[in-house]
Amino acid sequence: MASVELTNVRKVYGTSVEAVKGVDIAIEDGALCVLVGPSGCGKSTLLRMIAGLESITDGTVKIGNSVVNNLGPAERDIAMVFQNYALYPHMKVYDNMAYGLRNRGMPKDQIDKRVKDAAQILELTHLLERRPKELSGGQRQRVAMGRAIVRSPKVFLFDEPLSNLDAKLRGQMRVEIKNLQRQLGVTSVYVTHDQLEAMTLADTLVVMNAGSVEQIGAPLDIYEKPASTFVASFIGAPPMNLVHVTADSTGLVLKDGTRIGAEGLAVPAAGAVIGFRPEDLEVAAGSETHIGGLLLELKVLGVEPVGAESYVYGIVGGERVVVRVAGRSISETGDNLRVIIPKEKLHLFGADGKRIPPAG
Amino acid sequence: MIQNNPIGRLIAHIILIIGILIVAFPIYYTFVASTQSLQEIMHPPLSLLPGSHFWENYSAALFGGVGRIGGVGVDRLLLNTVIMALAIAVGKIVISILSAYAIVFFRFPGRMVFFWLIFITLMLPVEVRILPTYKVMVDLGLIDTYTGLTLPLMASATATLLFRQFFMTIPGELVEAARVDGAGPWRFFKDILLPLSKTNIAALFVILFIYGWTQYLWPLLMTNRNDMTTIVIGLRKMISFADADTEWHLVMVTCILAIVPPILVVVLMQRWFVRGLVETEK
Repeated sequence: MASVELTNVRKVYGTSVEAVKGVDIAIEDGALCVLVGPSGCGKSTLLRMIAGLESITDGTVKIGNSVVNNLGPAERDIAMVFQNYALYPHMKVYDNMAYGLRNRGMPKDQIDKRVKDAAQILELTHLLERRPKELSGGQRQRVAMGRAIVRSPKVFLFDEPLSNLDAKLRGQMRVEIKNLQRQLGVTSVYVTHDQLEAMTLADTLVVMNAGSVEQIGAPLDIYEKPASTFVASFIGAPPMNLVHVTADSTGLVLKDGTRIGAEGLAVPAAGAVIGFRPEDLEVAAGSETHIGGLLLELKVLGVEPVGAESYVYGIVGGERVVVRVAGRSISETGDNLRVIIPKEKLHLFGADGKRIPPAG
Repeated sequence: MIQNNPIGRLIAHIILIIGILIVAFPIYYTFVASTQSLQEIMHPPLSLLPGSHFWENYSAALFGGVGRIGGVGVDRLLLNTVIMALAIAVGKIVISILSAYAIVFFRFPGRMVFFWLIFITLMLPVEVRILPTYKVMVDLGLIDTYTGLTLPLMASATATLLFRQFFMTIPGELVEAARVDGAGPWRFFKDILLPLSKTNIAALFVILFIYGWTQYLWPLLMTNRNDMTTIVIGLRKMISFADADTEWHLVMVTCILAIVPPILVVVLMQRWFVRGLVETEK
């Protein structure tokens, strides 16, 4: 068990392709850190650099108290769970889990004990004599986890471990991974592109974009105070609505020239992006005099009832927004829907996409 | 295109039976001839049923020493050919699996150059490079040795390419999992790659064994001594231009003996062979 510390870690492919641009992350001992971002954002590369599968161009990776930059994957005392499980197809489940230990020259009885213990935890005991081919996706996933557990490493690394499972199993395994990680208390780094997975699993969430860290924090902090429009649109489903506005002497103007009513918003002269979550709004009754926030009138493009709630897709000021209303929607395609977003629920981002903290 | 009407099936079966007869009948006829005495063979028509000289002919050929090939028995020729075919098959597999391993899994300077060099040798079959190779073998004093018989035929671009294609289908994550598990290059080769390749190896072994078994031109050049020659060459030597000189019953026996080992290899390895060709175990 150990903390993991990345200091100004960079990865450059060839001479010019910068996949990871100076990342600093500190992960506490025993924490589960999730790296999330769109594909190509460098999260997997970063994980593979921690694993030692990818060389580090610049910066340092520390596991525990030692810099591991120049150690091979086997010497770093890590275990990795791969996206496609990467089980050895010709070995039985038992041998798959025992292989790494055998390579370390561990005595047979000790290996046996560890494998059996791990199998017990993961409910794999009755499958130990099978080959990976004879297992279901979820079972293979467990074996891959088992292979990591038996090594009792300092750090677990997960590379999108659930993306090959169907939705139901994914939810189930997510909970299991979380519990297991808590139970074992092993520092873990988990890479995913699924923001729901990221939100539910993480102690520390790291949102990455284009090789850089956009924001680090607790999942709910990030959800409530996204540091940029990128984070705002990436975390949360459906994502935060973003509307571009400019201010003139009389009020706020949307992209297509529509004027909107707003109270208590200080929009910089260069223009800004107003963000609001689909659920953070009320449908306007009709003739409010005091708005207390932002009043938008959107043209409904479509309605998706999903049971307990409905998503109303609309367009306002030339930009698409989505609104979540409880139960069945009263609007239909083609209607106009007036919604009010309370001031405290609004997020304001500058023209550069960075968050502007509310005054006072 | 799978039809199930009885007439179609009947026709298909008739065609197949005719095909089998065309292939099998000469072999059967050879076998029949190998059980007749020389006199019976020389006085046509030859009976279609096996004669009574089976043991006599086979033991004469195998252990008696055949006059036309310098008194060497066919047993010696069989041994030579088995050694040659085995050495070629095993040697080719060992060399090509190792070179494919290097080319696919290691990054070293000139990697693609080596790959293309190997690839280009596909255009240079034995017959094309036979004179220079022969000269080299003579200079090394390898005439009439097993080394000389097998070594020049071992380097194999085909097998290397085959293994390369197979290795490239092995997911990178598997290689990385092995690295995380602390398997060095040798361990990875021994514990992961070889077991995964065994069906391919079996299929190649069958193909290469038969390739080695049926070699004609190279053993013809490389062997002068009668006791170092292969069964195919021996067979050729046993046939004289003058019909009367040729011990046809022994020739027929040698023919059958030359056919049996490849058939055995194919039959015994058939299960592996077919699996290696149609299925990749992943």
